[in-house]
Amino acid sequence: MSTAAATDGDTLVRVEDLRVHFPITSGVIFQRKVGAVYAVDGLTFDVMRGETLGLVGESGCGKSTTGRAILQLIRPTTGRVLYEGGDLANLKGRKLRDQRKRMQMIFQDPYASLNSRMTIGDIIGEPLLVHKMGSTAERKAKVRELLETVGINPNTLNRYPHEFSGGQRQRIGIARALAVEPNFIVCDEPISALDVSIRAQIINLLRQLQREFGLTYLFIAHDLSVVRHISDRVAVMYLGRVVELAENAVLYGEPMHPYTQALLSAVPIPDPEAEERRRPVVLTGDVPSPVEPPSGCHFHTRCPAAREGLCDVEDPELNEVRPGHWAACHLITGSAYPHIRAGEDDLAVVAGASEGGETP
Amino acid sequence: MSYVPPEGPGSHKTISGLEPETEIDLGLGSTVSGTSEIASAVGAAGMWSPDALLIEHRSLWGEIWRRFRRDKFAMVGVVAIIILVLVAILAPWIAPHDPTKQYDSGLTMQGMPVGPSHEFWLGTDTLGRDLLSRLMYGARVSLVVGVLANGFALVLGVIFGLTAGYFRGWAETLLMRMTDVMMAFPIILLAVALVSVLKPSIWILILVIGIVYWTPMTRVIHGEVLSIREKEFVDAARLTGCSSARILWRHILPHLVAVILVYTSLGLATTILFEATLSYIGLGVQPPTPSWGQMIAEGQNYYLSAPHLVLYPGLAIMITVLAFNLVGDGLRDAFDPQQRRR
Repeated sequence: MSTAAATDGDTLVRVEDLRVHFPITSGVIFQRKVGAVYAVDGLTFDVMRGETLGLVGESGCGKSTTGRAILQLIRPTTGRVLYEGGDLANLKGRKLRDQRKRMQMIFQDPYASLNSRMTIGDIIGEPLLVHKMGSTAERKAKVRELLETVGINPNTLNRYPHEFSGGQRQRIGIARALAVEPNFIVCDEPISALDVSIRAQIINLLRQLQREFGLTYLFIAHDLSVVRHISDRVAVMYLGRVVELAENAVLYGEPMHPYTQALLSAVPIPDPEAEERRRPVVLTGDVPSPVEPPSGCHFHTRCPAAREGLCDVEDPELNEVRPGHWAACHLITGSAYPHIRAGEDDLAVVAGASEGGETP
Repeated sequence: MSYVPPEGPGSHKTISGLEPETEIDLGLGSTVSGTSEIASAVGAAGMWSPDALLIEHRSLWGEIWRRFRRDKFAMVGVVAIIILVLVAILAPWIAPHDPTKQYDSGLTMQGMPVGPSHEFWLGTDTLGRDLLSRLMYGARVSLVVGVLANGFALVLGVIFGLTAGYFRGWAETLLMRMTDVMMAFPIILLAVALVSVLKPSIWILILVIGIVYWTPMTRVIHGEVLSIREKEFVDAARLTGCSSARILWRHILPHLVAVILVYTSLGLATTILFEATLSYIGLGVQPPTPSWGQMIAEGQNYYLSAPHLVLYPGLAIMITVLAFNLVGDGLRDAFDPQQRRR
């Protein structure tokens, strides 16, 4: 399988044929494997140094699992995750913990991601402590500095998480992630649990930190407009696979894969006239169960352009259709793509149109 | 939720909506109104100002204690336990008589126990020993056996529960199936068998009760750990490079304190009762050391002529067990205000 690498820039994280299958077992003492949830089923993509790669898809398509598998919170079933060329999937114990200094995660739920029995000073200072970075006084100074960086009063470091609001807690979570000075941060829907009024603040903070510290983000979200706002490149996932990956403007402007087209056409436009002309491609049916993913192209059961005998039989590969634009669809050959481009002028998605939050 | 005004100087009305409690439980309403102060102090630019310092800090434990203190039944239980502990500790000094001495004046001419009198406040037993003194010394046995056996069960339960719940895999299968088997076994029979094989003594008693009672704690801890280990803060801890030992100690165990405290106080009631049961059937503390269960056993043949022989030890057991149960219930309510029934 080819790798979806950009033509320029250097790769920080490379994901190669990543698969995460959760076994379904039955039995009380002797557990038999009776099936598996194919949460992530053959992912390949690169994250370039300094970029923000957006990862979008419906609920349950494996976005979060991908993020966690990259950081080895969930061990991949097969496949490799290369960080600066070194495979993380084989690392264990001490070596893995050392690598974890380089990559961190910002979690979706700011209420569940902070230990309610620790003060925020201890929470942010813990990464420094376990990696034995600095003396007690130095660590305390660093914690204060981090709090100030994310816009929290450093004098509150003896407070407990319950004394803060959702947005402030997310800032504290960000400070914890920054403590070990990582290069790479997986943002797992960092704003979807927050009030709409707070979201912009957190997004702007993330962008500011990226500029300041040269961070690389994998930004997981189901909100297309947010991803468009923050990402350099965007990968679209469907049922455990990447179906399309391209630069931000290209993906939103000229989506190639039928799924991406359908997804983008569903976003309302905050302009009555344009909205009037919008012709959404309505997908029929539900997302198939990842326990029994469809044969061939996972999307063929709902694809308005699917061809019998091809799409339901053969797995489409993620091919570089045009420079920097990758898509996994049998029907795209060279420049002769597109099949269902209904109301194509209207596909422009206006940033700010929000889907509404998914509750954690 | 009713609100208790903050105490002491330096408290501010500004936080009147803030109910520091396990965050999500109370719903966002109160949290938001409380934290909006911080939000406004932090300001739109994300910068903080010294005004934020005005917000009073309140600890989780302080709030739990505040709620616990308001529970009248639990406070009655606490007072009863304090009195009981004081009596047990001070027994050699406050007991009016020697609990093992057989007094000539303690028996009637026919050799029957005497009732309450000026000399023997609660009367005497069948051998002419002072009942009150024996009850006081009996409290020592009950508490020592209860606390130590329960502590032993607690240590086993926490270790097994943490191991099974956190590491999963074969350790979980082994430990939890073992727990199921233990729970399916009739525990009195098991205890009787164990005590009769080993020589009855207070230490054997503690060991046996501990072995019999580790199962409920193991199950409860196991279940709690299963849910806590999936929380995002545990993932966050793993990501920051914490070892398993540190995660268990710093991130999981502190969340088990509530459960451990509640089940320990409820478990104390059970173990004290079990000690009385074993002593009653003669497998507990051996005479002449007084214990409540054994006192009931000795007095039961005289229940018509001398009902006080059964009544007072029975009351002592009942009050003790009730006190620990009240405290346990009170703790549960204090830790989890959403589930309170009143």
